[in-house]
Amino acid sequence: MSLSSPASSLPGDALTLAATSTSGGEAVSFWVLGTIAVMGALGTVLLRKAVHSALCLAGTMVILALFYLANGAYFLGIVQIVVYTGAVMMLFLFVLMLVGVSAADSLKETLKGQRWLALGCGLGLGIMLIAGLGQASVSSFTGLAAANSEGNVPALAAQLFTKYVVAFEVVGALLTVAAVGATLLTHRERIEKSKSQREQAEERVKGGTQLPPLPAPGVYARHNAVDRPGLLPDGTPSHLTVSATLLSRGQVREVGPEALHRVAALEQRTADNHGQTEHGRMYGEPHEPDPDPDLDAARERDAREARKAQEAREEEASK
Amino acid sequence: MSPVNYVYLAALLFTIGAVGVLVRRNAIVVFMCVELMLNAANLTLVAFSRIHGNLDGQIMAFFVMVVAAAEVVVGLAIIVMLYRSRHSASVDDASLMKL
Repeated sequence: MSLSSPASSLPGDALTLAATSTSGGEAVSFWVLGTIAVMGALGTVLLRKAVHSALCLAGTMVILALFYLANGAYFLGIVQIVVYTGAVMMLFLFVLMLVGVSAADSLKETLKGQRWLALGCGLGLGIMLIAGLGQASVSSFTGLAAANSEGNVPALAAQLFTKYVVAFEVVGALLTVAAVGATLLTHRERIEKSKSQREQAEERVKGGTQLPPLPAPGVYARHNAVDRPGLLPDGTPSHLTVSATLLSRGQVREVGPEALHRVAALEQRTADNHGQTEHGRMYGEPHEPDPDPDLDAARERDAREARKAQEAREEEASK
Repeated sequence: MSPVNYVYLAALLFTIGAVGVLVRRNAIVVFMCVELMLNAANLTLVAFSRIHGNLDGQIMAFFVMVVAAAEVVVGLAIIVMLYRSRHSASVDDASLMKL
């Protein structure tokens, strides 16, 4: 993608002359990226989930940053990425997480015909804007080569701190006020006194709820995963042992009597396949491991070498 | 290609953003569409800055960005507050001045 203004390729005093067309590379990038930007904007409006909308908008903003760079606004291009996609969109995502990600727009119309009216108004606005632009005759453009000759950032700074210095200061004050305002808006005064630990404990005792910690899941069951309820002594699963979240989601695995029977049958089959009796597996039949000839040979060799080394050391010591 | 094409693109994005503001019900998405409109205006300013060969347009776009950032901060704070009191981020639910 060509970032340079076309006029910059003209020599010397031609810098101030007007150009009529940008480079071909910029045209290609405009059409490709412009299509993606419009698609991102449509996605922002049309996708039902707010997170998808936010991601589409972030993509559109990155492409707009590239367009700023292509138009010679190097400082603004970087600021667009840092401020918009980096800060503003992430702030949007934070608030989305706070408000609930899964909340999708309802398609129910609260005002009758409002949607079609809005679409009609939007279409009218678009036609008006584009027709108005078509009426304008901009056959040539100056380009920023002269204005950016000492660099985009120094040129912007020179204007910002002389001609626009009052606006700059006011904007600084605005940012401060906005920060204070946001803190004030989201701050919540605590009206009732917060309960102390003692009061909480007494409340619990009075309420007659479970006082000691809840029993752990999977204890006395065959598995110790959190979604397996622990078994009571008579073999029934206790739902106190699994998290209430898993219970309400219906993600608790059953270890009821049938499951226990299935496990017992499986164990019996495994034991049969291994040629062992259930009794032997449980109480352990005494058996010697088979002697391994390679292992014995290796042990013998090691012992011989150790003996030799010992003799050598003794000879050394007697000398 | 003439740089005016950027202005056409900005007009298109602005229109899409305006339709989004009118059609969507989720306050956060409405807010994002407002951001889209502001960005489209910025693109216009930058494109005209190039067409006219001076940097005033870029300075205006810079100020728009700063004001938009301040607006986002306050607006999102208001949305969070609304959500706390009404447990919904839909603009339809915020139909009364008090709870």
